[in-house]
Amino acid sequence: MTVQLLLDGVSRSFDGYKAINDLSLAVDKGELRAVIGPNGAGKTTMMDIITGKTRPDTGGVWWNQTVDLTRIDEAGSARLGIGRKFQKPTVFETHSVQENIALSLKAGRSVFATLFHRRTEAEAARITELLRLVRLEGDRHRPAADLSHGQKQWLEIGMLLAQDPELLLVDEPAAGMTDAETMRTAELLRSLAGKHTVIVVEHDMEFVRALDCRVTVLHQGHVLTEGSLDHVSANPEVIEVYLGR
Amino acid sequence: MTTLIDRRMGIFLAGLFVLTVAIPVGNLAFEGKVVPSYIVSLLGKYLCYALLAVALDLVWGFCGILSLGHGAFFALGGYAMGMHLMREIGDRGVYANPNLPDFMVFLSWDELPWFWMGFGNFWFASLMVMLVPGALAFLFGWFAFRSRVTGVYLSIITQAMTYALQLAFFRNEMGFGGNNGLTDFKDVLGFPLQSDSTRAGLFVLTAVALAAGLLIARAITTSKLGMILVCIRDAESRTRFLGYRVEGFKLFIFVVSAMMAGVAGALYTPQVGIINPGEFSPANSIEVVIWVALGGRGTLVGAALGAILVALAKTLFTGWFPEFWLFALGGLFILVTLFLPTGVLGLIEGVAGSRGRRARRASAALEDGVTEEGAKA
Repeated sequence: MTVQLLLDGVSRSFDGYKAINDLSLAVDKGELRAVIGPNGAGKTTMMDIITGKTRPDTGGVWWNQTVDLTRIDEAGSARLGIGRKFQKPTVFETHSVQENIALSLKAGRSVFATLFHRRTEAEAARITELLRLVRLEGDRHRPAADLSHGQKQWLEIGMLLAQDPELLLVDEPAAGMTDAETMRTAELLRSLAGKHTVIVVEHDMEFVRALDCRVTVLHQGHVLTEGSLDHVSANPEVIEVYLGR
Repeated sequence: MTTLIDRRMGIFLAGLFVLTVAIPVGNLAFEGKVVPSYIVSLLGKYLCYALLAVALDLVWGFCGILSLGHGAFFALGGYAMGMHLMREIGDRGVYANPNLPDFMVFLSWDELPWFWMGFGNFWFASLMVMLVPGALAFLFGWFAFRSRVTGVYLSIITQAMTYALQLAFFRNEMGFGGNNGLTDFKDVLGFPLQSDSTRAGLFVLTAVALAAGLLIARAITTSKLGMILVCIRDAESRTRFLGYRVEGFKLFIFVVSAMMAGVAGALYTPQVGIINPGEFSPANSIEVVIWVALGGRGTLVGAALGAILVALAKTLFTGWFPEFWLFALGGLFILVTLFLPTGVLGLIEGVAGSRGRRARRASAALEDGVTEEGAKA
């Protein structure tokens, strides 16, 4: 197995508060990984660092063992193949549902490529396929603003898939979903692993159990422990900082 | 896919076409008895404002860049054309100096400054009309957008930009006629500016420029790039995470918009007969924002309509109660913000009824059905 993403002794503080403290994490290509931790454990900052939104004070972040992610901005990380889904569903509200997918599709991202872009039949077919997958085919012409919270979550997942990223960073995908939808999300993410690398940040233990994957527990910006869900749940430290509360 | 000329654009262009034919004919064929000559220049001025409003709508309505300095690009375009018109005067000035404009003779300058070189050529001046505002917008946008200056901070620095230019152009040493600006123009390409036929010609040219500006803006905003501009307006950070370099898109639209504003200014100068530093005044730029808001932000046609309506109201109002115009303008802006979030255009289309809207939606669905079938095949 080759390492897709490597965080090596990363630290980052904001006004003296250490959001990330000597964090090291390696995720293999094609792996599905869940990251859990209480509020303030540094999960979001970790994602910001991976996607180039925030630069670490010290430590290295490596993509495919060769590319230094600390030198790259958000757009650059997306172009490398890192797709991010936000905790609060963020879709383009005034655009139609299908336009949201169309704008996420893998295609030229430059000013002039987009100015002269014409939608191909392959793209139209891919849009329909993705809309079907996230069950929004009937809503394709509605403005994304009209969707329910759960539907927006699905739309954003569709947008993420449209990018066809190598690595999916998924922040609390199940928030606002019904139990059945939550299970369907878990199933979808499991099916993506292998072909894609997937990192899921989650609070919902049922959901993490359904993902059935290796779990990393963060605490105060540091990796507390790593292993199967049963293994980490049995760890007394984890129980103390997180599960026991 | 959206069409280039939708319903509202079609109606507006048709109206503009009727005006373009009727006004010059009404003026020239009846020797100013049906349409007085001053009306031709006045309407021509309104159309210049409309083009400026379309330019602002491109950046503000679609990309969320609230520029409070668009008057600067308009004025620069106006100055570039004014410089050519000054050179056209030749030795017919008060001092009859064949090489220098009057104000330079007055300042006892011996030779033409280097930045006036080439403006004797019409084509060179026409190029500068777009290049100078475009270059300023590029330089300004390059620094501002890369440093991720957004929102109210960006608005303030655009305001500062136009104010700084106003102060600079006031100075005689700048070589642009100082306080008085450029005026006393005689002719353009050999056509006397005072003649009715030249004025009618300029009016037609302005209408053509407005139509072209609207169509270019529409083509841009209906392209994929136009969709991304709206993404940037609504969720800038999300757009970055999709891999789009936001600063590049902002820079592109800002430069295009500045060039469009420059063209509007260039058409304005010969019709008004003067260009002076007052055109850089921050209040002018703010008024442009009011036109766009009043007409309907992000609709292009609405922006043009808003400019024409406010300019018309200003002409009438300043005739009746000159001292109350600014209160009326401010009041109008507040009313529109509170009660007409989609502007006058939204009001008109709302009144026009739901029948047309329903038909349009059905046809849009049909069109997509067709493309979908095509994709499956």
